[in-house]
Order: sequence, then C-alpha cells, then structure tokens
Amino acid sequence: MTTTTATAETDRRTVSGSTPGAARGPRRPGRIRRIGLPYLLLLPALVLELLVHLVPMVIGILMSFKALTRFSIRDWGAAPWSGWDNYKISVDINAPAGEALLHSFWVTCGFTVLSVGLCWLLGTAAAIFLQDTFRGRGLLRTLFLVPYALPVYTAVITWAFMFQHDNGLVNHVLHDQLGLTDKPSFWLIGDNSFIALLTVSVWKGWPFAFLVVMAGLQNIPKELYEAAALDGAGMWQQIRRITLPSLRPVNQVLVLVLFLWTFNDFNTPYVLFGKAAPEAADLISIHVYQTTFATWNFGTGSAMSVLLLLFLLVVTGLYLLLTSRRRKTADV
Amino acid sequence: MRRIRAAAIGAVTLSLALAASACGGGSSTDGGGSNDSPKTLTYWASNQGASITVDKKVLKPELDKFEKQTGIRVKLEVIPWSELLNRILTATTSGQGPDVLNIGNTWSASLQASGALLPWDTKNFDSIGGKDRFVDSALGSTGAQGEDPAAVPLYSMAYALYYNKKMFADAGISKPPATWDELVADGKKLSKDGKWGLGAEGANLSENIHQVFVFAKQHGADFFTADGKPDFTSKGAVTAIKQYVDLMAKDKIIAPGNAEYAQNQSLSDFAKGKTAMVLWQTASATLASLGMKDDEWGVAPAPVRSGTPGSGTSVNSMVAGINLAVFKNTDNHDGALKFVKFMTSDAEQKILNKAYGSIPPVKAAQSDSAFNTKATAALRDTLAKSAAALPQVADESQFETSVGTAVKELLADAAGGRPVTTESVKAKLEKAQQQMPAK
Repeated sequence: MTTTTATAETDRRTVSGSTPGAARGPRRPGRIRRIGLPYLLLLPALVLELLVHLVPMVIGILMSFKALTRFSIRDWGAAPWSGWDNYKISVDINAPAGEALLHSFWVTCGFTVLSVGLCWLLGTAAAIFLQDTFRGRGLLRTLFLVPYALPVYTAVITWAFMFQHDNGLVNHVLHDQLGLTDKPSFWLIGDNSFIALLTVSVWKGWPFAFLVVMAGLQNIPKELYEAAALDGAGMWQQIRRITLPSLRPVNQVLVLVLFLWTFNDFNTPYVLFGKAAPEAADLISIHVYQTTFATWNFGTGSAMSVLLLLFLLVVTGLYLLLTSRRRKTADV
Repeated sequence: MRRIRAAAIGAVTLSLALAASACGGGSSTDGGGSNDSPKTLTYWASNQGASITVDKKVLKPELDKFEKQTGIRVKLEVIPWSELLNRILTATTSGQGPDVLNIGNTWSASLQASGALLPWDTKNFDSIGGKDRFVDSALGSTGAQGEDPAAVPLYSMAYALYYNKKMFADAGISKPPATWDELVADGKKLSKDGKWGLGAEGANLSENIHQVFVFAKQHGADFFTADGKPDFTSKGAVTAIKQYVDLMAKDKIIAPGNAEYAQNQSLSDFAKGKTAMVLWQTASATLASLGMKDDEWGVAPAPVRSGTPGSGTSVNSMVAGINLAVFKNTDNHDGALKFVKFMTSDAEQKILNKAYGSIPPVKAAQSDSAFNTKATAALRDTLAKSAAALPQVADESQFETSVGTAVKELLADAAGGRPVTTESVKAKLEKAQQQMPAK
C-alpha cells in the first residue's frame, strides 16, 4: 500500500518535472490561473461554509462575552461587555445555573454512551445477520432503514403518542397485554423519561450504523471467510478475527459521527418533552435552549454553547489522535 | 477555458452577494417606523381558532375588506402558539419582523423591555379613536405600569368552569361548585369508574401559571414584589401551588395522566365525557369542534376560596387575551396604525370576537347581544368584576417558564405517587426563583 503511494507521488513529480520550461517565462500567468482555478471553484463552498458555520460561531462567541438579556437583545451589538461573567456563571457548580448545567452534562454523557453503544451493537448485529444471502433479505434491509428515512419530527411525535400514560401503545402492550407492570407507567414525565428518550434515540440512530457497517462489510474479501472456515473457525471466531478488525476504520468514523449527533441531539427531546424536559432527561442541548430562549439569558446561553463546543472539540481531537495513532501502529 | 473562467467568476460573485446579503441583517435601532412601503403590510396572527385553516377563513375576508377600504394589501401568516414567542424574538434580533403582530397579553411587559414594539402614546392611541374606547382590565395587560402601552387589546378572555351536565346529574349534583371546597367535594363524587372530576394540562407551562396565579391571588400572593423582583417562595405562593397540585396528589380528583397533558387533551377528555369539569378560557367553539353539543355542557364562574376575607380572594381568573402590536421598525408606520384602527373598530371587534368566542375589549362592541349568551356571559362578567392581570413586569415570560416548570414537576411527582409536601413545593419554587435572570 505504502509502495503504491510512493510510486504515484514519484510519477507525479516526474510529470511536473518533465516540463520545467512551462513554469517559467511568458507562460507563467497561465499556469497560475490553471493552478488557481480549483481554488476559485472551491471559493463558493468556502464562503457558504463561512456563512453557515463560522460567522454564527464567531457571533456566538462574541455574545458569550456580553450581558445579553431581554433589555439588550434588540441591539445586541451594543450590549455591554460582561467579560468572563457568563462563563463563571456556567461553571460555578455551587450556584444554580452551574449546578443545573453539570447535571444535564452528566445526563447527556450517560445518554450518549448508552445510545451510541446500543446503536452500534444493533446496527452491527443486523448488518452481519443480513450479510448472508437468503430469501427476503432485500425486504428486511429496506425495513431496517425505514426509521432513518422517516422525517424526525413525524417519527418522534408518533413515539410521544405511543408513550402516553393513558392511551399510549407502550403501556397498552406492557401493562394491559403482557402484564409486565403493576400499573401503567409514566414515560414522558419522571424518571422513566430517560428510558423513553433512549429508546427513541436508538430506534432513530441504529439504521445509520446498520447502513455504514453494511457498506463496510462489502469490502471484506469473501476468501478470508472461506479460508477461515476451512481452518475450522466458527461464526463467532470469524466475526471476532475477521469482521470486527476489518471494520475498524469504518467503526472509527461511525462512532465519532454517532457521538457528535447524539450529544448534540435537540430534536428528539424537544419534540418528546417540549421546552421543559424532565430532570432525568434534561439533555444539554435542551438545557442551553431553555437558558437562552425560555429564560432569555442569551449571554449565559451563548457561553454554555461555547463550552459545549470546546468539550466536543477536545473529545473529537483526542479520539482522532488515539485512533490515528492506533492505525499507524497497526500499519507498522 | 473561457467558459470555465466565466462560471468561476459567476460563482464567486454569487457567493459574495450571498455573503453581503446575509451580513446585511442586524437590528435596527431607530426610534420609529418609516413609510417606505405604504401599500403592503405583513401581519402575524396567533392561532386563535380550532386550526390555522380556521383562522385564515376568519381573517381573510376581513383583510380583503381592509384592502378595499385603504388599498393596503395585508400578507397574513398565522403562527402556532408554540412558535410565536421564538419567532418574535428572532424578528426582534434581526430587525426583519412583520409590521403588525398578535402577542399574548401576558408577554406585553417582557416584549416591551426589548424595545422592539411601537409605544402606544397618546398620539398613537388618538389615531385609533383614543384609549377610553377600551375596557380598563384589558388595558391592564398592555405593558408595565407608568409606561406607554406596548400593544392594544384585541381579544379578551377569562377562565370559567365548564361542566358536563349529564355527569353532574348522574352524580346527584344540582349546581356547579362556587368554592374550591365544593369543587373538591363534587370532584370526589364524580371521580369513579375511570372517570374524573377535573381536567388539567400539567405539562403546559403557561396553563400551569394561569391556574396557580388565581390560587395565589386568593392567598394574597403576587409572585413579584412591588418593585418587580421575583417573590416565588412567599407563604401565600407556596400554599397556593400546593393547593393546586393537591387536587391531584391529595384530593385525587384530577387523573394522574393529566400531568403529561400539554396539547388540550383535557378538553378532549371533557368532550368525551371522561372528565366532568375543566377550567378553561373560551371553550365553546373548541367543544363544538370536538363534537360536544351546546346543551351538554354548562358554564359558571371559576371557584373562589370560601369564608376568607381580604383583597384578592374574589379573583377567579387572569385577564386572558390577545393584544395587537406594531413593530417599531415597520416600513409602513401609517398603514400599520390604520390596520390597528380597523381591527379594533366597533364593527370588526364584533365580527372577530364572535368568530373566536372571545369578548371584545372595546366597550362599544361589548353591547352586542352575541356577547351575552350562555357561552360568553360568565366570561364577560368575570372580566368585568373578578379578573386580575398577570404581573406586568419585564421578567414575566421567564416567570412563566420557571414557575410553570416547577408546577409541571410537582404534578409529575403527584402522578408518580411521590409525596408533595410544603417543603417540596418550596424547594421547587426556590429553584425556579434562582433560575430567574440577573438584572
């Protein structure tokens, strides 16, 4: 693999090196234009990226240093500077705002670990299960992808109906039909709301893991399994020794993407619980939203968002560092 | 090559144009609107009817009438309640809002503090016929005391007790309860065989506030001090909220499932005969749309405390309603005032309030017999005699969120069988007070 890349680079050097005269003299401007064109073509995407992500991010950081409330929101540019006050309020775990933020941070961490873990587990199991050809495989593959294809709002509101205490399908099945609970449970309020949120999140997220892992499985040569089978390896050994190691690069990206999506998920809790989520399911995204838009603490909400961004950047950076180091070690 | 270069230049120009237009937003800081666009107006109406389609059906002919009279075309957008406040905030920040908009009257002082709404000084009020045309109680919910109002009353509403006549008769109850003790006693008679005495919308924060505000008033509590500081943990406020939550926790006349209701499910239960009573504002049109016939329900003033002298004890409703506001940076200042004048004219007030089952806040329009029917008489009487405005302070909308959430959590405790004590109520209210923004 390394040899091929080196050869390609050598070839490229040779090609450009074979026309040294072209880089000099009167033809120089043309070359600059030629080299510049790809960058020029990238410019629209760059500008849009700036507008969509970087500009709001910079404005958000700016807002986090301002005393931004209902009195100053209309002309937020002229709101007074508050220095690090908003950050101090957010991280002071002995005061109500910091304490509540820390609580929602831990809830979000627990939720993310469980949701990503279950999504990955279900997605991988389903993809491996559907690797073999059998009658009805196409139908099952399509069915498994339905949650991923449905609009989030529609899907989550349907779950909200199903989780209703009095008329919901979940209580009907668990209590009325199976008799698993003494009385109908509350899913949208109280402690069970965490389970409800996790259920919807996993239901919504695992098809993506399934899709990615399924694509990853296509790249594993069948010969490896055939050889392993000849050597007497059983299904579990094949999964452990061939499938999972071969899927490692795919899984590294998959887990990172699922982590970022889940940690930041706003739609699921908002549609399920409204703007005031129960304490047990008070995810950080909803918490920041409530601080910012429901109690109109725009400056503090911005500071919380920046802290969240920093946390995600650090975790993502560490993750990428660790996984790339491991890959390098594996390559050597 | 030339074609590629042209395409690249075009793409870059487009990007830069997009960048320029996106950066061109931002808030306007001018003191009043202009008349740059005299022939059009944008109007954000709140969702008043059974659906957005119903609202469009009600409003469109009136807006066409206004266009005929003035030549000004009104672009209508009906916005659901759940989105309205956020849309207003976004418009406030960007300066790209409508010309005229509906606001919930309890938000008046909060939105007034943002400085985005046109103040209704004497000159502006004179242009729509003067302040005296409006009922005093409705004017009490148009902004902070001592300041020019931030909006003009459009529809007025009040809470009343709606009860199911047949369920009352079956339980041997001859008349609707007038006090909370009577309501609890009746509720206990009615709460059996899967049916319940009273309905509630426990997960709806605003609804929680509307209910506990009345209890608090009856216990002499206001939630804010005279100088506008939060005062959520006073003895009266704690007792009031405990009394409300106890209707589910101790008295057991509200179904535990109501703790997670936020989409008017309790009204639907009432229409289906699963719940015998609801405390609601202008329910008649919605009950009809839910299939309940007019002679199946009765309406009476909401209960009060019995045998307790003192101010506030007779308050049995908030002054509910919708106000009409003008965005300060409108491009059609004169047209916006003309539109407010049109919507608050005697004739339009009758048409619109009849359509929505509300009471006109304009005195002259109230005399119409349509507002003296079974459905509206109790509401009108309450508004005139025993309704009080929610605190007109800048923190009102935050109060709705924080105390509304506290009540939601307490009702969730009650529904889950966890004890609701004076201490637990006070603890939730302390937390709510700590969440209020620092000034």
